[in-house]
Amino acid sequence: MSEEAVAGKTNVFRDKSFYTPFNVICWIILLVGGLVTILRFSGGLGVVTNLNNDYPWGIWIGFDLLAGVALAAGGFVTSAAVYIFGMKRYHSAVRPAILTGFLGYALVVIALHYDIGRPWRLPYPFIMQQGTTSVLFEVAACVAIYLTVLFIEFSPVAMEWLGIRRARNIVIRLTLVLTIFGVVLSTLHQSSLGALFLLAPSKLHPLWYSKYLPIYFFVTSIIAGLSMVIFESAISHHYLGHKMDETHKKEADGVTLGFGKAAAFVLFGYFSIKVIGIAGGNHWHLLGTSYGLWYLVELIGFVGLPCCLYAVGVREKNLKLIRWTSALTVLGIVLNRFNICLIAFNWYLPSDQKYFPHWMEIVISVFLVTVGVVIFRFIVTRMPVLYEHPDYEAH
Amino acid sequence: MSVSRRKFLTWMGGAGLSAAATCKRAYAASGKHFKGYPGSVGVLHDTTLCLGCRRCEEACNKVNALPGPEKPFNDLNVLDDHRRTTSIAYTVVNKFKDEKGSPVYSKFQCNHCLEPACASACFVKAFQKTEKGAVTYDASVCVGCRYCMVACPFNVPAYEYESAFSPRVMKCTMCHPRLMEGKLPGCVQSCPAEALTFGTRDDLLKIARERIRKHPDKYVDHIYGEREMGGTSWLYLSGMPFREIGMREDLGVTPAPELTAGALGAVPIVVGLWPVLLTGVYAMSKRKEKIAADEQAEAVAEAVAATEADAEKKLSAALEKAKKEKENAIKKEVKKAIEEAAKKPEEEEES
Repeated sequence: MSEEAVAGKTNVFRDKSFYTPFNVICWIILLVGGLVTILRFSGGLGVVTNLNNDYPWGIWIGFDLLAGVALAAGGFVTSAAVYIFGMKRYHSAVRPAILTGFLGYALVVIALHYDIGRPWRLPYPFIMQQGTTSVLFEVAACVAIYLTVLFIEFSPVAMEWLGIRRARNIVIRLTLVLTIFGVVLSTLHQSSLGALFLLAPSKLHPLWYSKYLPIYFFVTSIIAGLSMVIFESAISHHYLGHKMDETHKKEADGVTLGFGKAAAFVLFGYFSIKVIGIAGGNHWHLLGTSYGLWYLVELIGFVGLPCCLYAVGVREKNLKLIRWTSALTVLGIVLNRFNICLIAFNWYLPSDQKYFPHWMEIVISVFLVTVGVVIFRFIVTRMPVLYEHPDYEAH
Repeated sequence: MSVSRRKFLTWMGGAGLSAAATCKRAYAASGKHFKGYPGSVGVLHDTTLCLGCRRCEEACNKVNALPGPEKPFNDLNVLDDHRRTTSIAYTVVNKFKDEKGSPVYSKFQCNHCLEPACASACFVKAFQKTEKGAVTYDASVCVGCRYCMVACPFNVPAYEYESAFSPRVMKCTMCHPRLMEGKLPGCVQSCPAEALTFGTRDDLLKIARERIRKHPDKYVDHIYGEREMGGTSWLYLSGMPFREIGMREDLGVTPAPELTAGALGAVPIVVGLWPVLLTGVYAMSKRKEKIAADEQAEAVAEAVAATEADAEKKLSAALEKAKKEKENAIKKEVKKAIEEAAKKPEEEEES
């Protein structure tokens, strides 16, 4: 839904200004996505996916869940930096990050409805039988609670917009508790997404399988969170600059530099523990195989390189470089999740038995991202996200 | 934002409770060595005796009321492809070749692990290792996440992807309902070659050892399933290395629940420790802010005082100057007056 579509109730489709490239592409994606959605829920997984008995998890898990949750980590990273570590100079980055986090998690949960066989049973693990020996139970519990926390954290924005002053002030007073909750829950489920694969040592390639998988997933979620804040800030400046107030614009370069610096450090740490992982498993000899080379592409091209680029960008105050690096880093995180969930999974299978997504699976993933972008745009063009509401004090 | 002591204690209580609640889970997944339920049953598959007749496949299909296959069960050309279990085939027989080129057959189905990966992975407890020995599945609670399929080291569970409204995970049940009626599993009953032996797992192990001892030239000295993934209820004997009849030899002996026990055990620790750590960091940053604010206030006060003192000095100097000027003016006036007064008598005298 575009801004114009909501504003003008009549003759929207006759209005020429409605046919911007953005709107047209969005509508096409939403339309095709809607059709595939109908197919999925009327015909079952077999009709729209290439999932099979060897590959029970495809890109809806690899991209929408694993990458989606990591890329939505900006919310907990930014709110922790500002409210717990007291880095007030990044305050203007909190609201967009919380909004992205909330939308990200909401879309993850929606994507899960497509992927699981009987989506209406999603609450069963909580209300029927608790499979507490499962890492997935922990993931489900944390994601459910964290989505609620994000909703509450974001609610003041909507309440300022709607003018619900008293409730807004109560929630604002809960900021610190909510932030701590957010960090605890994020630590748990971000790492648990990696721990899911601990159960499959015989299926995941030894270079990617590691007892440190939970730690790798947690650390990469921080990298993803930092990079997404930079990336998104660049995009927002380009397309939604008119919605920003002076404080936001003034602080934005500082956010890019500061988060870029943090990302460089965390990437360096991640690179180190990845090398420790290879050494710990004594897998050096595997680096010469074709999977090993692919592993090196990921490690050097999408961890080592962005680490250096961020560092150079921060030293030379080159904002453009930092922004491009954030895109590279985000890509690297997605690649990592794809490697673990799809490419290095069942690595011993001959290539003709390997999974490649059906085009309709890709359509649904693109569809959900588009829904996210459209809702994001809807909210930031209306609610005080990129600017502070003049009637309310900053917190 | 200020945090009262009462509030803080409430949160800590909450954290403690959830830590206590998760402790049970950590224990359940702690992977204590488990040798199987006493007296539990299993099947010994002696692959050297298998004829590849697919009668077991047919019987399985029948007793489980599964949909019929594309090609009939007596079509042995099916054996030319290596197959895996599917949602309509709980068991498959595959053909391999020994070093002389003569065919070797091996039947494959759920191995009914002693500590099943699927059960450990299921977040709604749809899988259960029964005391009888079978690993059963309850479709009435299954959500369809398919983590069991990711977890199974033997790639056994299959899914009904074609079903829109009631897809199930499908796998061998060791004919658990038949076992409870005192009957044999369908495949065991139908085997014409006695390649399948049903019994308690302990007895089967003894039989298998005895066969290896009696015919060391015929068997590889290994009972597959005795220790693989912590042990399985189905056991295998083979005349050639197990990897050459499609079975993985790199699975290790660690039961699946142990693989995630560490990660699950860390949960209560994070829940217990993180809030304390984060509140500490918050307190430190808050204190830093306060100190900075105090220092700033002090500096401002000093500057103000200095400026005030300076101003006072200037003022008093100016006042002093004004006073002096005034005094001078008075003196001048007085002098003038005196002079004028002195002049007056003179003038008067003159007049």
